Amino acid sequence: MKKLFGKPESLTTVNHKYCPGCGHGIVHRLIAEVIDELGVREKTIGIAPVGCAVFAYDYWNFDVTEASHGRPPAVATGIKRVLPDRVVFTYQGDGDLAAIGMAETIHAANRGENITVIFINNAIYGMTTGQMAPTSLLGMKTTTTPFGREAKIAGYPIKVSELLVTLEGTTYLARGAVDSAKHVLEAKKAIKKAFEIQLSGKGYSLVEILSQCPPNWKMSVPESLEYVRKEMMTQFPLGVIKDKTGMTV
Amino acid sequence: MREELIIAGFGGQGIMFTGTLLSQAAMMEGKFVTYFPSYGAEVRGGTAHCSVTIADTSIGSPVITHPDSLLILNKPSLGRFGPRLKKGGLLVLNSTLIEDETSIGGGQVVRLPATDIAEKIGQITVANIVALGKYLALRKIVSQESVGQALEVLLAKKKKELIEVNKKALLAGYEYK
Amino acid sequence: MKQLMKGSAALGEGAIQAGGGAYFGYPITPQNELTEYMSRRMLEERRVFIQAESELAAINMVFGASVAGARAMTSSSSPGVSLKQEGISYMAGCELPGLIVNVQRGGPGLGNISGSQADYFQAVRGGGHGDYQVIVLTPASVQEMYEMPSMAFSLSEKYRTPALILTDGILAQMQEPMELVKINAARSGDQSWILDGCKGRAPRKIRSLLMEEGALEAHNRHLQKKYIEIKNKEQRYQLINEQAEIMLVAYGVSARVCYTAVQEANRKGLKVGLLRPITVWPFPEKIIQELVPQVKAFLVIELSAGQMVEDVNLAVNGKTPVYFYGRAGGACVTPEEVIKEIGKI
Ligand SMILES: Cc1ncc(C[n+]2csc(CCOP(=O)(O)OP(=O)(O)O)c2C)c(N)n1
Ligand code: SF4
Ligand SMILES: [Mg+2]
Repeated sequence: MKKLFGKPESLTTVNHKYCPGCGHGIVHRLIAEVIDELGVREKTIGIAPVGCAVFAYDYWNFDVTEASHGRPPAVATGIKRVLPDRVVFTYQGDGDLAAIGMAETIHAANRGENITVIFINNAIYGMTTGQMAPTSLLGMKTTTTPFGREAKIAGYPIKVSELLVTLEGTTYLARGAVDSAKHVLEAKKAIKKAFEIQLSGKGYSLVEILSQCPPNWKMSVPESLEYVRKEMMTQFPLGVIKDKTGMTV
Repeated sequence: MREELIIAGFGGQGIMFTGTLLSQAAMMEGKFVTYFPSYGAEVRGGTAHCSVTIADTSIGSPVITHPDSLLILNKPSLGRFGPRLKKGGLLVLNSTLIEDETSIGGGQVVRLPATDIAEKIGQITVANIVALGKYLALRKIVSQESVGQALEVLLAKKKKELIEVNKKALLAGYEYK
Repeated sequence: MKQLMKGSAALGEGAIQAGGGAYFGYPITPQNELTEYMSRRMLEERRVFIQAESELAAINMVFGASVAGARAMTSSSSPGVSLKQEGISYMAGCELPGLIVNVQRGGPGLGNISGSQADYFQAVRGGGHGDYQVIVLTPASVQEMYEMPSMAFSLSEKYRTPALILTDGILAQMQEPMELVKINAARSGDQSWILDGCKGRAPRKIRSLLMEEGALEAHNRHLQKKYIEIKNKEQRYQLINEQAEIMLVAYGVSARVCYTAVQEANRKGLKVGLLRPITVWPFPEKIIQELVPQVKAFLVIELSAGQMVEDVNLAVNGKTPVYFYGRAGGACVTPEEVIKEIGKI
């Protein structure tokens, strides 16, 4: 499929409700493109999180189920174990994946579930309007860290991908961003590779995407992109964090 | 006919096995039976017990408060269950491990050195079956033959070599005077 | 041919014979034997078994497996079932079938590990958030432990709502003769909602989030209509001594205690009977209403401080006296105590 500008078949025509500049819409599209390119739309089952991306099931043109807050890895496990030949992926925010759902995240990874996790790290709780996330940077002002995140009170930003490295069950861990055309392309490659790994039965893959949330960061869109580049990427460096396959992107 | 029996002793004395063996035999005779074990943390405390009810008609509660009979293999269990025996009930004691002359009000108390007898047979772990043999001689709720057949069913898979010694123990208890 | 079987194993085997395709559990006494049984048998049958990292994960794995079209189940005991409530609410909202087993133990809190019936309210009043019901079945023998999963799966699929088997530590641990009769494993109900990839059809979604104006209210109306249909069609019970003047009402293990008491009382010439609800949601209120003119008193027996008695009271509606006797905290009522209570009436 070589439709560069057209709508991927895996996206519906429903207009999404994300804020201007938000990274969610871009990543939805990347996933849709990858699924089209791999020709697996008709055997894909997605799991939408609780978070700003809760309506993802309206935007993707394949089977999608919701999951309660933090539990997409458990729901994905249930689906994938029953239907091992389908493509199963979760789409989760940092609150969903790394706070309330950290146990499910770690254990699905540790079991080496043959699923793909797309992790949107925007360092904030978007949907509930701007509270601290486990990935919020030190000093970051949120509605629940009005004086800036202080380690003594609120701990440190969690590097999820690095955290999962030691687990034998993880096959591929990579971090990308959607702040520039170049990074978007790289992120897409990582997502594609993650799905390919699942299709070849090689196990658990997770792609972390640094994303911007201008309204809750209280920034303009250009400022938020700058913040991703300057601050986020310093704390969360881009690149492949683990790759057991030896395949190159 | 309705018989409520509590079997009690140390964990490792085969208390649960004695209960299931008797239940299996009762079932094979077409009787109604329920078996209820103590479980979980309680078992870790050192004593184990189980409740077996055998009857001609269907059985309600598997929990026994005041048993018709007690089969007691160690001393702590006597203190715990002795007082709960029904008036006029039967108490079979393993006198090898329970020496003192505790009198149980009004009941029929039968002592047999089950552990000694088992040792003589050459398998100390069958004291439970010796005691069961004696109990069956006194309360003929199921036949000795049925228990023999039940032994074959329960031990057929993993412990076939133990069938004979268990049968010997059953007989020794049954015939103990 | 009859065989001795433990209640928990019978339930597990019953679920397997009923075509249970996926089991997810987390250890907790007194239901460990069920998880252990499934860990062996499900793999022997080449079906899905996972020891989950928590009850939260387990119920959400059930959610996923159900989305994918499997007969899915989980089991736990009281504290673990509290943790599952969010997932059960989501399943009810998404109209997903599935089976939850609660082997009740004494509470509140960590409580103890003795059998109990103190989670009745949680089971029949919804349990989690939102206006919903789950179908609640209560076995009273090892035979029923074996046969009930099939009934639970079928009802759950027919009405697309989770079903719960409400049992307790005593029934799960006890053994008695039972027969491995043939079990119906046929899937029931419409299956045009399952997510298995959109090949040859339009994509489907499963969701309970309904933010559009009026959508959630309409969904709730639809759910309530379904619950009313279940209430009308699926009340199940067992009645012993229809002509009794004093009618005991008890489910599960306390019904067994009452059964012994009824035998005793009848021997003494007392006209005592037993109504044993098999479904506690829907509660068998119709039969209670039918019994009202003839019964002089109802006596409700529970291993709790008094929960089901509320449903009896609602059904009787003040037309006949309703008495209650129960023991809480994992203590078991004895037949003697029941006889004594009958004497007080
Ligand atoms: C059990 C539960 N707790 C809390 C919430 C409220 N809630 C909804 S989304 C969310 C956090 C969303 O943050 P994140 O996962 O980072 O997603 P984002 O919106 O940033 O994409 C919370 C706390 C909920 N829906 N359920
Ligand atoms: S609040 Fe943030 S994460 Fe949510 S849609 Fe807006 S920009 Fe995106
Ligand atoms: Mg976020």
